[in-house]
Amino acid sequence: MSALIDIRDVSVGFTGRDGRTREVLRNIDLTVAPGESVGLVGESGSGKSTLAFAAMGYLKRGLRLLGGSAAFNGNDMFARSRQELERIRGGQLALIPQNSGQSLTPTLRIGAQLGEALRLHSALPVGQHGARVIELLSQVRLPDPEGIVARFPHELSGGQQQRVAIAMALAGDPVALLLDEPTTGLDVTTQAHILELLRDIAAERSMAMVYVSHDLGAIARVCDRVVVMYAGEVVLEGPTRQVLRAPAHPYAQGLLASIPRLDDATLPVALDGRPPAPGEAGAGCAFADRCALVQDKCRATRPPLAAVESGERVRCFFADEARRDRGRRKGAAPVRYSRDSAMLTLDDLSISYARPRLIDQLLGRSSDLLPTVDDISITIGKGETLGLVGESGSGKSTILKTIAGLLPPAGGTVAVGDHPLPRLVEQRDPNQLRQIQLIFQNPDDSLNPRHTVADILEQPLKLYYGLSSTDLRARSVQVLERVRLGAHYLDRLPSQLSGGEKQRVAIARAFAADPEIVLCDEVTSALDVSVQAAVLDLLNDLKATQGTTYVFVSHDLAVVRALSDRVAVLYQGRLCEIGQTDHVFGGVSHPYTEVLLGAVLEPDPDTAPTLTADDVVERAPPAQGCPFQRRCPRKVGTICETDTPPWQRNGGDHAIRCHIAREDLA
Amino acid sequence: MTEITATRTENTRLQRIGAVLRDVMTRPSGAIGLTLVVLHLVLANVSPWIVPYDYKAMDSLQMLKPPSGAHWLGTDHLGRDVLTRTLMGGREALLVTGIATPIAVIWGGFVGIFFGLVGGRLDEVLMRVVDAFLSLPWILKMLVLIVTFGTGIEVLIPTLAFFYGIPVIRIARAATHDVVARDFVSAARARGHGRITIIRRELLPNVLDTLMVEGAMRWSWMLLAFSSLSFLGFGVSPPTPDWGLMIADGRGLMSFAPWGVLAPVVALSSLIIGINLTADALAKALGIDRAQKAPV
Repeated sequence: MSALIDIRDVSVGFTGRDGRTREVLRNIDLTVAPGESVGLVGESGSGKSTLAFAAMGYLKRGLRLLGGSAAFNGNDMFARSRQELERIRGGQLALIPQNSGQSLTPTLRIGAQLGEALRLHSALPVGQHGARVIELLSQVRLPDPEGIVARFPHELSGGQQQRVAIAMALAGDPVALLLDEPTTGLDVTTQAHILELLRDIAAERSMAMVYVSHDLGAIARVCDRVVVMYAGEVVLEGPTRQVLRAPAHPYAQGLLASIPRLDDATLPVALDGRPPAPGEAGAGCAFADRCALVQDKCRATRPPLAAVESGERVRCFFADEARRDRGRRKGAAPVRYSRDSAMLTLDDLSISYARPRLIDQLLGRSSDLLPTVDDISITIGKGETLGLVGESGSGKSTILKTIAGLLPPAGGTVAVGDHPLPRLVEQRDPNQLRQIQLIFQNPDDSLNPRHTVADILEQPLKLYYGLSSTDLRARSVQVLERVRLGAHYLDRLPSQLSGGEKQRVAIARAFAADPEIVLCDEVTSALDVSVQAAVLDLLNDLKATQGTTYVFVSHDLAVVRALSDRVAVLYQGRLCEIGQTDHVFGGVSHPYTEVLLGAVLEPDPDTAPTLTADDVVERAPPAQGCPFQRRCPRKVGTICETDTPPWQRNGGDHAIRCHIAREDLA
Repeated sequence: MTEITATRTENTRLQRIGAVLRDVMTRPSGAIGLTLVVLHLVLANVSPWIVPYDYKAMDSLQMLKPPSGAHWLGTDHLGRDVLTRTLMGGREALLVTGIATPIAVIWGGFVGIFFGLVGGRLDEVLMRVVDAFLSLPWILKMLVLIVTFGTGIEVLIPTLAFFYGIPVIRIARAATHDVVARDFVSAARARGHGRITIIRRELLPNVLDTLMVEGAMRWSWMLLAFSSLSFLGFGVSPPTPDWGLMIADGRGLMSFAPWGVLAPVVALSSLIIGINLTADALAKALGIDRAQKAPV
């Protein structure tokens, strides 16, 4: 069978400021057969997206083709004219981008956008476009396609927008789809649904797929073959099962070990070091500096991509040793705490984003809008880690903001120890401020780009401890060492640091205040998995040495599992379930927890997500009854719509809020 | 140790300034623009010592002479040397705008940043006031003030600084809005820093780039405004040489003595084009795309 996509010896690079040519892709060979689905994995900067775009004959500005050829269906994509490329792209070869919400035109109705795609890429007469649009929308399993046609992109949820993007890609009856992180940024349940849809569509139409992702769980679900990329080259290529089960390359192994697993309560193993920058890989193996099996040979010569007996192609001299070395290196056990005194108490907390309208204020009417977060009562012990999980819009981050005093609660109190905190940060005294520190999701956003690391760390030190400049410097070094960074980082700007280093600086800034409570808002979700593992490890260490209490917000259940003592599950700003991590993630659980757990993708080709509830995202909680009533797969009846479910407890502190009897929830 | 490291920290900043300047100079627009601006500044400073004639010396025998060996750019209707007057004609304009521009950027910048940070109803009200102000023609507003308080540097500088600070409020506020939404500002708030610290440490460094480019643009517009006022007879009073005034004087005689108008026009426009080109290159070097931001 001839290959549909045939990339031969492609090298892509750019000319740096120093005039040197730096390679972003190095001698890539990749073929994709018709109907085959290939996954491209690697960390950020590995060149996976560049490779996928090169298959379309497209290179980002500044990049140029240094050698090789990329053919699609027999067309050399780098030799074709613009017009020919335009006909192929979007027609036979379609792209599904990462953030489809941004790739849809905000001022065009869905029907018009799809109609445009049809006009450009299909031979259908215009009269039949309307019917075809409906057909496409139902093919991507959008409910009520007739209604969707008339809507604007912003009226759809993220998952629905992604489905529209898929429908648009299907408009030209493509034989191959390029998917660039198509589910990144979507909720777990939505992601699982989209992946199932892609699987089905690919199978129905026997379409080839090139699936670019950093998420091995997603790759495991949709791909037949996996290509692992590192520093612009292919390091391992083979059937999905083999690559994920018995990775023959040390990098692939490290990558797999750094993924936290739901069925494993240990911390994932971090992969130390960072990949070489483009053009810095040197003469030897690009992975040599981070490899546990490295020999002199590896540093001297670049290993070829050689076929091994089991059918993979591996760029490593010691593939057999690498495979033998496996047996998943054990991660550190998370520090567990024994519960004694209460550190942070949330009592009947409710938070509302809606400001009362002026007219209501004047008439003395109360707003009829439901609070975004309601009825949250949680006690967190000293040294305990509470994980807050839920999908986007569940109010996890909102609760953190209220604890930090950035957002006033509509009702209820936040107390540290026995002392209730003033509602807003401006009213809190310095000690209260120092006690609670916040770490944000994205260090690019939480570190001022104009400040050096020293400036960043000095702010809390000056504010809380009033240190003089000599002490400041010495103390900053100590604070940096706590997060395993050296003193030479002090004079760097955030733009001179890697993502993981930036997040460490952000963590160092929080710990510079010697806080009792640290609020972590999705602190690892902007990071690569190997870096994520290192950050989790660091947080775990700090917990052991500083006895810090964490409130850890994440949408990633496996990450929460790795670090938390207790977990609270939120839906639409209401608590569904709370209890010890092992209890929540095993045995009896709330139907919503069950849905969440079912949607988790493991990097294992033999597991399949269990999809029970649909993935329709709700925008507001129901006025009464159970918050999960509209999506619940186990809804009992009208009682769910009228009565707030009671808390059902086991003997200990595991509590579930559901009308179904605890025994029946198993 | 502190001393050594302190200079190193400073170095990162100096390095950035150096890098930006180099970047400006490598762009054609920046190289041409900066050369023009520097040339004008140098000439304005040394012109009193290099001009061939006295700027106010009239010569009734040499009226409206075309360019010649004695008068390279000819003479005006009073027989004064056009070259002399053109070389010296930018001094007043550069002095006034050179003082008024920084004042305008500083006061407009601070007000804009403050209201961008505070937000809410107060901000809305202020912005409507700004809108109302901007909707009136600037020349009208300025003439009212000048007619009331009289002409002269001591009136012109505050007037220009005041009126040209108002659009800066809007730019600074918009730039601040982009920064305020970012997490490092929330982080500073959550730590408990006061508003002044947040403005000084978190906002100002990030808004400064925009303000610098804006300042350069305001400078060129202010020069135009100053020359327009002189042209109308409200700026510099004769016999002080000034481009606006020279254009006004020579305007009626343009058809048979074009040199009298041409020389100050070329001088004024080359300076303004120079400033604009520099601002453009500066914006690109700083990574601010002015094309994407709506001009006020």
